[in-house]
Amino acid sequence: MHAAASAAARGARAGRWAAWAFLAPVVVYLLVFYAYPLYRNVDLSLRDYTVRSFVQGDAPFIGLANYAKVVGDMTFGPALWHTVVFTLVSLGFQFAIGLALAVFFYRNFRLSATLRALFLVPWLLPLIVSASTWSWMLNSDSGVVNAALGVFGVGPVHWLTSPDWSLWSVTLANIWIGIPFNLVVLYSGLQSIDPVVYEAAALDGATGWQRFWKVTFPLLRPVSAITLLLGLVYTLKVFDIIWIMTKGGPSDSSTTFATWSYRLGFGNLLPAFGPGAAVGNLLIVAALASGLIYIRVQRRLALP
Amino acid sequence: MKAARSWWKTATGLVLTGVMLFPVYWMINVSFTREQDMRKSPPSWFPLDGTLDGYRSVLDRQLPYLGVSVIVGLGTVALTLLVGTPAGYALAKLRPRGGGVLSFLLLIAQMIPGIIMAMGFYAVFLNVGVLNTIPGLIVADSTLAVPFAVLIFTTFMSGIPEELLQAARVDGAGALRTFWSVVVPVSRNSIITVSLFAFLWAWSDFVFAGTLDQGGSLQPITLGIYHYIGNNNQQWNAIMATAVIASIPATVLLVIAQRYVAAGVTAGAVKN
Repeated sequence: MHAAASAAARGARAGRWAAWAFLAPVVVYLLVFYAYPLYRNVDLSLRDYTVRSFVQGDAPFIGLANYAKVVGDMTFGPALWHTVVFTLVSLGFQFAIGLALAVFFYRNFRLSATLRALFLVPWLLPLIVSASTWSWMLNSDSGVVNAALGVFGVGPVHWLTSPDWSLWSVTLANIWIGIPFNLVVLYSGLQSIDPVVYEAAALDGATGWQRFWKVTFPLLRPVSAITLLLGLVYTLKVFDIIWIMTKGGPSDSSTTFATWSYRLGFGNLLPAFGPGAAVGNLLIVAALASGLIYIRVQRRLALP
Repeated sequence: MKAARSWWKTATGLVLTGVMLFPVYWMINVSFTREQDMRKSPPSWFPLDGTLDGYRSVLDRQLPYLGVSVIVGLGTVALTLLVGTPAGYALAKLRPRGGGVLSFLLLIAQMIPGIIMAMGFYAVFLNVGVLNTIPGLIVADSTLAVPFAVLIFTTFMSGIPEELLQAARVDGAGALRTFWSVVVPVSRNSIITVSLFAFLWAWSDFVFAGTLDQGGSLQPITLGIYHYIGNNNQQWNAIMATAVIASIPATVLLVIAQRYVAAGVTAGAVKN
């Protein structure tokens, strides 16, 4: 008994070394391919880079001047507002539509599994495919959306080329892409609700509508919170769709922090790496803040 | 009565799916549309006078891009599995001190916007000299998948019965032997899930390709499409034909590995 215990202890000690040996690749990986690029990104934002000093690495340290420049920039206010609108509107619609579909698919019917799988398609397609398809559908002159609206006598809307519409167009495409994720996660949340609860509600004479608001919705709250927070983190990151569809234009009308950062760093002939990195770091702070809330919520809900 | 209701739901489901997938249908429709019909008003709803011109120009011009995407995708899968499987095993079964912190860091890592990683990588790659190279792109793309891979492997490998590992130990297998001969074969499903997603993300990547490989001679298909769109002489049937072909991996994944896909989507969010 005693010998077995000490053998187990020895085993545990050896196991600990083995454990870190197995973890060595991922630790090295995180340091080299995450920590170092991120450090370089912070470094970029604190120095006055030009193309020449970017290559030679002797840019002067200027503290927070890049951040001051970015916050004082004319684009800052609109970009912040667009990021907030884009994120909140996307989240709201994705979640509401995803939840409605999850409830719809919850009761199995003929073909329900197949149709549910087909709903995943928009999420799996490369973003460049979805974005270019939407671009063509929303084309002012030859797009199918305007053709369909024309049938009802609605004049051509300049979805991507008018400052009044561009932000809504990219939001629409983003909602389309995000619905599958919400559907799948909320559906699995619904499945984890004990059917006995519904039977009890049915015995008490609850109608379908009451059952949803009084039983399903409250029980789904943990999964909903996680879905929304993950959605928030994902949506803050969205760059491809906007860049491919509008490049943040026309005249910054669909610029968010993500596209602004890219444009500063890569979109011009004369790259402004410092300010670009500064905008990017502001975005990281926002993403991490929502990420930390997500982890907190998840931890609290995981407790029995 | 009940059967009637079920049919009604199926019909509604079909309509909803149709609305949702309309853009996909439209992509396919446009890919077959003749150049002279492209700006017709109203547009043709079905490719009745279809043409394969779009696909012909894909074959002429996009094959190298597709080849690069396949190589980058496979490279990303290899690198992700190499880093992810041992880490998952260690976190799930060997549980070292500090493992919790590592899992936490991985969760955080997933939340860093790609565009910021791209900027950091650009600075690093420029100095190291791997800008516009395939290995550089593989490394960058793998950052999309590695945190996900470790989290999935940890979750799935926690479910491996302790007795199985004990039996291997009794037979005198060391940690490495146990990992290779017991853990890896038993984890086949999670390895498939991770590989599929790693490939798909690398295949779909636009951010890293557009920043770290924009001047390269070997570019992936996402940039192939992007150059097409940027072209003044926009040949939309060719663009959409390329898009259809670029969607093939996603379709294959959905058809042959549906349950793995759903598992992958939910694993990160609900379980843990």
